[in-house]
Amino acid sequence: MSRADVLVSADWAEQNLGQPGIVFVEVDEDTSAYDKGHIAGAVKLDWKTELQDPVRRDFVDKAGFEKLLSSKGISTDDTVVLYGGNNNWFAAYAYWYFKLYGHRNVKLLDGGRKKWELDSRPLTEQKTQREPTQYTAQDQDTSIRAFRDEVVAAIGNKNLIDVRSPDEFAGRLFAPAHLPQEASQRAGHIPTAVNVPWSKAANEDGTFKSDDELRKLYTEAGVDPSKDTIAYCRIGERSSHTWFALHELLGERNVKNYDGSWTEYGSLVGVPIEKS
Amino acid sequence: MCGAPVQDDTLDRTLPASVDPATASIVQGRVVRDGEPVPAAYVRLLDGSGEFTAEVVSSATGVFRFFVSPGRWTVRALAPGASGSADVDAGSGFTETRVEIG
Repeated sequence: MSRADVLVSADWAEQNLGQPGIVFVEVDEDTSAYDKGHIAGAVKLDWKTELQDPVRRDFVDKAGFEKLLSSKGISTDDTVVLYGGNNNWFAAYAYWYFKLYGHRNVKLLDGGRKKWELDSRPLTEQKTQREPTQYTAQDQDTSIRAFRDEVVAAIGNKNLIDVRSPDEFAGRLFAPAHLPQEASQRAGHIPTAVNVPWSKAANEDGTFKSDDELRKLYTEAGVDPSKDTIAYCRIGERSSHTWFALHELLGERNVKNYDGSWTEYGSLVGVPIEKS
Repeated sequence: MCGAPVQDDTLDRTLPASVDPATASIVQGRVVRDGEPVPAAYVRLLDGSGEFTAEVVSSATGVFRFFVSPGRWTVRALAPGASGSADVDAGSGFTETRVEIG
């Protein structure tokens, strides 16, 4: 796995718009961003309403994912190019999610929607029409998904990377600073976790930093490359971005994303928590 | 737009029901270029050490809002071909600022 296998540049994307076998998919934190303008031919995925089970706290199951992608007109063998706002954070989450269900050819547009806009590249409000497909997913690849018991067992044994902002890590805030602070559980972090805010992996224009810069970032923070790693944040999207940097760009093995993240861990009874 | 001056003190101060106005600390304001509000700018919140904390896109009237902890923050805005920043000292309640870009 190398950078060229998992990231595409804005230039490449613009040259490959409308190519058969390549589907652009926009995933934004602000789920209305797509409707105000998107890359021509791109389809929209709504992380809130389409990727989450409507009742339980979990992802849609395999059959649900197959139904969703079929309805979007995405084929099993298509190359899916994901992009979104805010340094691709929800696009990186979708990337991890596609990998979880075994999609083979999936890439991120480096810099996402932000770089695209800052470069003044064209967006359209024209609706994208794609014929429905018969999409086939794989069983979840849990080698990239961590659950709570594994996280508790990892304290002091594996690398735990808390990728939230320093204020959230220290327990001063419950949520990122652009969201209302509306959580009721305990604030703080998992003992022995190091704090490497996810955004340190990105440049100001949303593109990923170089492999050398990324390696230095995690090593200097105390991440031991000889150990397995679990990344977490608040609900598992920012940590997908870090999972992408470690697993897909740097090629580290045994990196998992804990999607339960702080909203689960900080609500568990009896588990240890550290503050500041 | 006809060049009317931007009135930062007309910003909406309505909060979501889940936010306690007694304890919340809010940094909000407008992105402005040549006296005009800038919609769809990327507005980044940096902490006292210059570390990125959060990012939003400015509204149709150039407005942004962050929920922070009290302290020193920098708001940096990016638009095609222009950028700028403003420092703020946030206390409790609303702290308002204007980010000029050029």
